[in-house]
Amino acid sequence: MKKILWCFVGALIAISLVVVTQGSAQAQAASGKTLKLAMDADPVSLDPHVQLSGGMLQYSHMAFDPLVRWTKDMQFELRLATRWELIDANTMRFYLRKGVKFHSGNPFTAKDVKWTVERLKRSQDFKGLFEPFVGVNIVDDYTCDLVTKEPYSLVLSMATYIFPMDSVFYTGTDEAGRPKDAIDKTGPSFALNNESGTGKYRVTKREQGVETIFEKFKDYWDTNSPGNVDKIILTPIKNDATRVAALLSGDVDFIMPVPPQDYDRVANSKNSQLVTMSGSRIIILQLNQNRRPEFKDPRVRLAIDYAINNEGIVKTIMKGTATVAAQQAPEGFAGYNPNLKPRYDLDKAKALMKEAGYEKGFTCSMIAPNNRYVNDEKIAEAAAAMLARINIKVNLKTMPKAQYWDQFDAQVADIQLIGWHPDTEDSANYSEFLVMCPNKETGYGQYNSGNYCNSRVDQLVLASQTETDAAKRSVMLQEVEQILYDEAAYIPLHWQNLSWAGKKNVGIEAIVNVMNFPYFGDLVIH
Amino acid sequence: MFAFTVRRIIQGVFVMLVISFLCFTIQHQIGDPVRDIVGISVSADEREALRDKMGLNDPFFTQYVRFLGKAVQGDVGMSFFFKRPALQVILSKAPATLELVFVSSLIIIFLSVPLGIYCAINPRSILSRIIMGLSIVGVSIPVFLTAIMLIYIFSVELRWLPSFGRGQLVYIGGWGSGLLSLNGLKHLILPSIALSSIMLPLFIRLIRSQMMEVLETDYIKFAWAKGLHKKRIWYVHAFKNTLLPVITVGGVQIGTMIAFTILTETVFQWQGLGFLFIEAVERADTTLLVAYLMVVGIIFVVVNTIVDIIYGLVNPMVRIQGSQ
Repeated sequence: MKKILWCFVGALIAISLVVVTQGSAQAQAASGKTLKLAMDADPVSLDPHVQLSGGMLQYSHMAFDPLVRWTKDMQFELRLATRWELIDANTMRFYLRKGVKFHSGNPFTAKDVKWTVERLKRSQDFKGLFEPFVGVNIVDDYTCDLVTKEPYSLVLSMATYIFPMDSVFYTGTDEAGRPKDAIDKTGPSFALNNESGTGKYRVTKREQGVETIFEKFKDYWDTNSPGNVDKIILTPIKNDATRVAALLSGDVDFIMPVPPQDYDRVANSKNSQLVTMSGSRIIILQLNQNRRPEFKDPRVRLAIDYAINNEGIVKTIMKGTATVAAQQAPEGFAGYNPNLKPRYDLDKAKALMKEAGYEKGFTCSMIAPNNRYVNDEKIAEAAAAMLARINIKVNLKTMPKAQYWDQFDAQVADIQLIGWHPDTEDSANYSEFLVMCPNKETGYGQYNSGNYCNSRVDQLVLASQTETDAAKRSVMLQEVEQILYDEAAYIPLHWQNLSWAGKKNVGIEAIVNVMNFPYFGDLVIH
Repeated sequence: MFAFTVRRIIQGVFVMLVISFLCFTIQHQIGDPVRDIVGISVSADEREALRDKMGLNDPFFTQYVRFLGKAVQGDVGMSFFFKRPALQVILSKAPATLELVFVSSLIIIFLSVPLGIYCAINPRSILSRIIMGLSIVGVSIPVFLTAIMLIYIFSVELRWLPSFGRGQLVYIGGWGSGLLSLNGLKHLILPSIALSSIMLPLFIRLIRSQMMEVLETDYIKFAWAKGLHKKRIWYVHAFKNTLLPVITVGGVQIGTMIAFTILTETVFQWQGLGFLFIEAVERADTTLLVAYLMVVGIIFVVVNTIVDIIYGLVNPMVRIQGSQ
């Protein structure tokens, strides 16, 4: 017994000695501008084509550069392209930036753009978005044509997804004999752990789920950027309270997202600042017309729309951290229709129910996720309670997102909650997935669990895809919103706000945007 | 000893079989791993193709037999999320949890023993009453609340200690240790206090009541009568017999401790096994879950075996069955 004890004490002394020496070695570690960044998750892979998600696009904007990118006011800003030009109805010509180098040292040319688009068309997640494209024709080393199957209105929007990858670096086979360009979602691949983009930051260390370190690429082309951050240490912090505490305690410089319940705390703290922005993720309820004949009657759907106080939900549940919605697309989008106002009028709702012959109401089922959207469970509970006031008794079931989507697809309930953010940052995308007639062949209406179907809406949305005149296109999409509003095709609730917070000396405001891709390359730390 | 070991191994294998079978039957209730891997706009056909590739569409029995066949060779599958062998992922996260449990155990042992003995010897003193009162409070506050309060006080307000993560690690082979650097140790303080906050009061109370009982026994009275020094009576004679039940409970509690690491690790973004488990459930990373539960099963079997052996060492009267 005693021997063991002495060994133990000895070990402790030894450890403390090591600690002392370690501590002195650490003291001299000091360098230029480093950003300690905490997000709720880290990139799942270093391969930008492995998953289409906000997190992966945020990463792509750090290690890669797109041909063009969105600005804060939804315009296009040139990145690896220096000019674009519509040559004919189906061809957009891009003139590429010269003298750009990949992290591997290889020069960037039109070949890389062609290679990248071909890879995008193979990626399970991106092939849908690149379906309208035939491919890329190389004109010369710094000029290439992006060719579509037919005239397409969103060529530039899609060019924001073309982050050229180093075709030489990703060609060949790795030591395990796998092709280096393989896109593997479930197993190891070369691109999972290696990257060579043109972006400002190289990934110098990555431990998945623990830490990713980005360091400035010395040959980065954009020398005009005001950004002065040479190193970014990205740590995922999943727990909301911990993420906020990490900022308030000074352990990190920048956090995203900020949980709504902590907005005040962050904004009022003398060391931190909060930046919020109305987002484009809409939260809606879908009323399944195939399951419930009652929902086929537009009067019932309207009654439900009138009965649900979405302004109240935003005020009390979201604490003002969302924007009340009456349509799918937020302000600034092509289809935004300024005439549509949120509806809430209990008397009118009751009258409509009476008119439809459902004065006594009915009982129906509802499902919602409980860890996917901000306050999703509480929102669903509130909506269910509001429907009770027009005698619709709702049996609500909530579940984690891992189980939710299968249930959603199987349409197990009469009312289902879903949130949608358009990958294309465009109005038509909402309709394509949420309200167009469900069609297995074309894939339209994939998330339309309300089974709302209106041929005029389908026609307008399809026409908008090939309409390249922005003004005409906007009129079409606004008509779509008007029809959906008049018929109460679904129940719009709100758009979730986006939020970022950081120390006072971090220039957050200048780099954030409604897409939620902070452009860290341009970040200034004072 | 040999028969004992063999019996334990057989028991262990049986436990593993039961665990793996249970995991396999419930894993599809957790959710669909494919959903987490693909973006939301990916078509149903693409998802189905991926399910086929991952072998998730095979009948239950085919999947289970395939799993067992590979598990025998030490391959329990590939984590869908990490895209690495599940066992490798678990082993890389184990040091974090083991160090956390180790430091918490140190806190528990070095505080509960003196405090417990003190309270047993001086049951009526004011300090004893305060300790007992606090221990009730300690047991009743949930771990995650303690953790958040600690972060708030020591990180946000006082700014003495870091609020999350493991800090700087020193690598010895594959073992990333936070015990060997000042920064790493600082990061260990709050999580280990939070983790010990449930077990510490429990052990103080346990040692106190056991000791008080032992102090009433005849052989202690005889020792007093013999005129032995009080320190020898308390710390040698009485304390030794107090330990027996404490060790038994301790063995069982190590399991509970692993369960509590889930909460502690989630709050402190501590990259250990508990955190890994919660994340795997959320992502429906089923292979990783099955592997995790099997590893925990093995840990339980091993810990219980060690406890049985220590039991025999502390009290020679207890003989391990079959250890002739």
